[in-house]
Amino acid sequence: MEKSEIKGFIAKRVAKELKDGDVVNLGIGLPTLVPNYLPEGIHVTLQAENGTIGSAAVNKENPDPIHDVDAGGSPSGVAAGGSFIDSSVSFGLIRGGHVDATILGGLEVDEEGSLSNWIIPGKKMPGMGGAMDLLVGAKNVIVAMEHTAKGNPKILKKCKLPYTAVKCITKIITEMGVMEVTPEGLVLTEINPEFTVEQVQAATEATLIIKDEPKSMV
Amino acid sequence: MPKFVSIEEAVKLIPDGATVMFGGFMGCGNAHKFIDALSKSGVKDLTMISNDGSMPGGPMGEDYYGVAKLIHNKQIKKLIATHVGLNPEVAQQSMQDGTLEVILVPQGSLAEMIRAGGAGLGGVLTPTGVGTIVEENPLCLGKQTINGRDYLLMAPVRADFAVIGGYKIDKAGNVWYKGTTSNFNLVMATAADTVIAEAEQVVECGEIAPEDVRTSGVFVDYVVEGGLY
Repeated sequence: MEKSEIKGFIAKRVAKELKDGDVVNLGIGLPTLVPNYLPEGIHVTLQAENGTIGSAAVNKENPDPIHDVDAGGSPSGVAAGGSFIDSSVSFGLIRGGHVDATILGGLEVDEEGSLSNWIIPGKKMPGMGGAMDLLVGAKNVIVAMEHTAKGNPKILKKCKLPYTAVKCITKIITEMGVMEVTPEGLVLTEINPEFTVEQVQAATEATLIIKDEPKSMV
Repeated sequence: MPKFVSIEEAVKLIPDGATVMFGGFMGCGNAHKFIDALSKSGVKDLTMISNDGSMPGGPMGEDYYGVAKLIHNKQIKKLIATHVGLNPEVAQQSMQDGTLEVILVPQGSLAEMIRAGGAGLGGVLTPTGVGTIVEENPLCLGKQTINGRDYLLMAPVRADFAVIGGYKIDKAGNVWYKGTTSNFNLVMATAADTVIAEAEQVVECGEIAPEDVRTSGVFVDYVVEGGLY
């Protein structure tokens, strides 16, 4: 797979996880591509933790970058039927279990379903922002990321970087496959037919459990 | 009733070393004209409580946007925030220069800790941060298990001043927020000894319907008019 195709490929598979009517929070980067691939007839409400329910593209006729931004601070818009809320209500929504799915990237994930993505001690400390609350509060936590970083595994036996949250992930989706977090560990349920199970395992530090023959993810 | 003062008069209220909350999210909802004047005032050694450090490069081509001006001018000695990754000067001052202390708190926790501070509550019990280094945060007071689930006890947060960015404010100090600007402004307006609110437009009472008031004027001590951004 060409490097330039990877993000779209992952986003397309992630989109199949969403159900009609879901309230969904998207992390920055790759997850923002997911709405482009929603199957026909599936409509979701996007929530942005800085205070929008029903996020939409910037209104081209009447853009307002001073008063309407997304959770990355970039200009945003609001869909018909949407609303604006403050940070306290927004995180009440998130922690209170009213968000069906959050989709975000990770620096490291592990076989217990823990995730690290907010700090590299001594090097980078961007902060956790709303990620810790989203991981704890959303009903489904979907990690959408490239399988490796510069050839090194990102799916580990145990995260080495400080956790963003522990035992929180529902599913990990990469360009190589789909892994479900279970009490026994990571189950490889789907695979990109360009790879063999052995190749996926070789790129993964955590042990992948094969229950049934993994289905094709395309 | 709040006092209506000039931006210059309001800036003089803030002494060196004060603890100041700034509503806003990546500059959106910052009290822009007040912050600009504060950044030129020479006031220093502030503790800033804010979602973030905003960023260089605002949407209208500003060199520094909102609270990023205060960081750029090295007026902040301590920053309590949730995310500082879009303002590289925070990492420079904290990790390279060692002149800025940064305490990072989960965003939902910070919002609720400020709400608790303004609502007379002794703290917040949240599952957010359990099992992470947030447990070692100076604002984390302990851990409790309730009905089998673990929670962190997070301290209530208040400040000497809150600086609020409103859109319309009426003569009674009632605030109406536009778009996503309410963010942290709503809780911060309740949680400081002195609340300074900037309006883009000051309007007569009645122009904001009582149902549309998000911050009641009873929370607001001073109003400044910044003009449309």
